[in-house]
Amino acid sequence: MSAAVITVSHLRKTYGATVAVDDVSLEVREGEIFGLIGPNGAGKTTTMECVEGLRRADRGIISVLGLDPVRDASALRQRIGVQHQDAHLQKRIKVWEAIDLWASLYGRTVEAGALLARLGLEGKRDAWFMTLSGGQKQRLFIALALIHDPEVVFLDELTTGLDPQARRAIWALVTGIRDRGKTVFLTTHLMEEAERLCDRVAIIEHGRLIEMGTPADLVATHCPERRVVFTSDSPGVAERLKDAPGVRHATTEGQTHTLHGEGDDFVTGIIHAVARESIHVRGFRTEVPTLEDVFLKLTGHGIRD
Amino acid sequence: MLKGLWALAWLETKIFAREPMGLVGTLGLPVVIFILLGRAFGAGGRSVPGAAQAPFNVAILAALLIAVSAVLSLVAIMAIYREGGILKRLRATPLAPLTILSAHVVVKLGFTLASLALLMAAGRQFFPGAMTPHWLGFSAALLLSVLSILSLGFVVASVVPTARFAQPVGAAVLYPMVVLSGLFFPIEALPRTLEVVAWGLPTTHAVALMQGIWDGGGWAAHWDHVAGLATIFAVCAAVASKTFRWE
Repeated sequence: MSAAVITVSHLRKTYGATVAVDDVSLEVREGEIFGLIGPNGAGKTTTMECVEGLRRADRGIISVLGLDPVRDASALRQRIGVQHQDAHLQKRIKVWEAIDLWASLYGRTVEAGALLARLGLEGKRDAWFMTLSGGQKQRLFIALALIHDPEVVFLDELTTGLDPQARRAIWALVTGIRDRGKTVFLTTHLMEEAERLCDRVAIIEHGRLIEMGTPADLVATHCPERRVVFTSDSPGVAERLKDAPGVRHATTEGQTHTLHGEGDDFVTGIIHAVARESIHVRGFRTEVPTLEDVFLKLTGHGIRD
Repeated sequence: MLKGLWALAWLETKIFAREPMGLVGTLGLPVVIFILLGRAFGAGGRSVPGAAQAPFNVAILAALLIAVSAVLSLVAIMAIYREGGILKRLRATPLAPLTILSAHVVVKLGFTLASLALLMAAGRQFFPGAMTPHWLGFSAALLLSVLSILSLGFVVASVVPTARFAQPVGAAVLYPMVVLSGLFFPIEALPRTLEVVAWGLPTTHAVALMQGIWDGGGWAAHWDHVAGLATIFAVCAAVASKTFRWE
């Protein structure tokens, strides 16, 4: 297991009478993409901003790269890159001017031209910020977060409001950051995003951390059930397959049959049984629970936009 | 602490110059008003032959307008930058918070000098012989005045709730101050309470100092107004450092 680069223990943060974050403890390891997931208002951003040193925690201990985010703020800023939710820049700042300014603030920087090229912004060097599309703005913010080659990158809701193509392009970039050996700490309320990107996730709701682990482990622990759905015109097929390993029960609706079950051998068992019984199958698919199902189960409600 | 100050100030200058309306309001308007009123009443406190006697020094009014437009613009920029998360984003960089705000002060002082230069050029062109102050001293008086009023601008920017309210709130604070500044009628003519209030405002000291320097007085003769501007700057800077909101 890699070393922890971020350690948060018993973090608490209140705004007046509102408890935004309550007793949150977590650990982000070197070289992973760690996602803080939960609905809007759950306390994700507050947690992240305490870790970045932008907010002072009421209680708890935070360590990032062995530094205290508030006390060692200036040393830490040289080593972390941040992107904020709903951030903007000056309307009429040019892309290269922003990159230039940011680059001038850090002791060590990567080559700006190559960075812009990697983020697909080389053609937008002279464009004003206000003329960029949503996806281009977010890519510029990623560039600003990466200009000083930081060890840890913080990304807060970076694909909110983007169309699916732009979102996928950003996902590829984030994976690329991890593949260059950086640690990524992100927040998202999109379960699909968390499942695609994150090596590990923590689910937070009403300021409390309710579960943490790899997406696959969380699904296996909380939603182990699988479904095989197939269509067949052979009579009584569901009946003939219900003794296959792992099958709990079967339902039939017209020519569509659904087998519910769990376990590693569940799907394989059904495939074997279908072959053995020589059942003629016209369509066949498996349905696996997702992080969204886990969230639904743990919180009793779906994620809200 | 000054790291990035000049880079940021230069960048903000370029950004400001890209907004046509802001540039016209900051550089153009005071000069246009100066020329129009100067034609009607005479510039520099001297009447034009055949025109009505100038009730006040038109050049001082123009200088005061330069200061006011700088402050109104600062309040608006701070509100917009806060609302857009720009201040927050800058604050997450190695820039010191004071550097971020100082850069905007530097920009405003720079535009103040540019406006004053335009004013001088217009005076030379349209009112030859009427503009006879010690320009270096007058520039210094104006810069000190702008600095002091800007500090009040930061206090206003701290309490303005959203960018939409920035201009109206700023105007509501500054325009009465201009009226009470002693430019249009003597402070002594005010009721006692208002007189005390007026001497607590930076604009009043600004007008007194600029008028004094314009009339050829030395700085030593106006130390009280210099002290007044400096005190107001210190108080407002202290208040703003406690109340300024970054998001």
